[in-house]
Amino acid sequence: MTIKGKAYIAGIFEHPTRHAPDKSTAQLHAEVAKGAIEDAGLTIDDVDGYFCAGDAPGGAWPMVDYLGFNTRKLRHIDSTETGGCSYIIHIGHAAEAIAAGKCSVALVTLAGKPRTSVMPPRAAGAEVDFEAAYGATTHNAYGMCAMRHMHDYGTTSEQLAWIKVAASHHAQYNPHAMLKDVVTVEDVVNSPMISDPLHRMDCCVVTDGGGALIVTTPEIAKSLKKPMVRLIGHGEAMKGPRGGRDLDLTYSAGVWSGPRAFDEAGVTPQDIKYASIYDSFTITVLMQLEDLGFCKKGEGGKFVADGNLISGVGKLPFNTDGGGLCSNHPVNRGGMTKIIEAVRQLRGEAHPKVQVPNCDLALVHGTGGLLGVRHAASTAVLERV
Amino acid sequence: MSEAKTQDKKYPAPQGNPETQAFWDAAKQGKFLIKRCTACGEAHYFPRSICPFCFSDKTAWEESGGEGEIYTFSLMRKSPTGPYAIGYVKLKEGPAVQTNFVDCDLEKLKIGQKVKVVFKPTDGAPLPFFTPV
Repeated sequence: MTIKGKAYIAGIFEHPTRHAPDKSTAQLHAEVAKGAIEDAGLTIDDVDGYFCAGDAPGGAWPMVDYLGFNTRKLRHIDSTETGGCSYIIHIGHAAEAIAAGKCSVALVTLAGKPRTSVMPPRAAGAEVDFEAAYGATTHNAYGMCAMRHMHDYGTTSEQLAWIKVAASHHAQYNPHAMLKDVVTVEDVVNSPMISDPLHRMDCCVVTDGGGALIVTTPEIAKSLKKPMVRLIGHGEAMKGPRGGRDLDLTYSAGVWSGPRAFDEAGVTPQDIKYASIYDSFTITVLMQLEDLGFCKKGEGGKFVADGNLISGVGKLPFNTDGGGLCSNHPVNRGGMTKIIEAVRQLRGEAHPKVQVPNCDLALVHGTGGLLGVRHAASTAVLERV
Repeated sequence: MSEAKTQDKKYPAPQGNPETQAFWDAAKQGKFLIKRCTACGEAHYFPRSICPFCFSDKTAWEESGGEGEIYTFSLMRKSPTGPYAIGYVKLKEGPAVQTNFVDCDLEKLKIGQKVKVVFKPTDGAPLPFFTPV
């Protein structure tokens, strides 16, 4: 049993906004849904599966009603919530549902307003009394990972800075990017320290906005006008301290989700022509590249240095829209835009200055939650046919 | 930032629940408890009634010496209550514990540094923190 080749991403839409004081969160979901459905050349009446995560106001049932699905037709609903990688998990689950005949046109939406509204707190887990007082935030949780990675492997701030430098080289061509200026390694390491050893420019942007996808059957995808992009491998995993015995903050659950996706796809990291890699922080990218097998554990610093992630310069073009570090990190959840830029690359719709020539195989990988505490990971391998 | 020191700040009171109440009752006596599974012999933290390693329900409370070393940390430079250092301590008994480092010069923290538990008051049971030995 496999989902290989059984589902196609036929519609994509990234909201152009990064600052939306004049819109509601539900409205942003509707706008991105409309954008993705129209990109595919379909109508809302064609949609019979809906996927959303914790950013959807009230969850799936208020959204299904608000968006106005044909509820006589809607027959598959999934609100799997794994933070920023939820949407990468959703495309795998959509493929499973499509392969099982449970739906034929699945819509996935993400939207929200961390810049211009108050984000609701995450529900407490069993650990709350033993952790809440210590003030884990995204910055210091990823800072703890970077600190230990530097200790164990000699990774440097300059090496981490190359990841931001590469993202900025791509963002200069994205008219919607929040930060369009090209930066240098010196700019990054001289930016203010936020939470040791991460500087301000090691951190992603905070943006309002969103995105949406249409996942569908091979038959429907063929009937539409867009280039054909299919899912050929998918993996998901979770990791945490597990009673304090398994604490090792130098690797992520990508060590498990990655091989699952590569094995299903029948490809290796060396075959990948473009990679969308979750970039909440520079250290997130470095650890995930190691975990996915693009380089050996501990050698991520050397791998990302000297422009190796810059399209047209290095061996592994990544996040050619500028990623979360420069362009967009809607609702503090970067998984959706990672999928969208990979599909643009596979369609040949990326900006000409960053388009990877003959890009027919791409990887999408993301995490959700906090790498330094507990998190989920998901990996998807996409192919143009 | 070299003078960054821990400050007296107000910490939230643990809510407690039937599974963990013994931990907080002991904390009021200045004791730092962990759980150990009598079936597989492994210690764990935070405490569960069922062992997260072998899934046995034969777990027992045990007083920890409260000593260990810093596995990692990060100094948050700004917050509404001032700078603070979050991190993990690997206890001598084995389990890692998420905590803040207190009563010390936060600029001088190092991975591998020896630390010990100290309790800080809340409006309810006191909370465990760690400070360099």
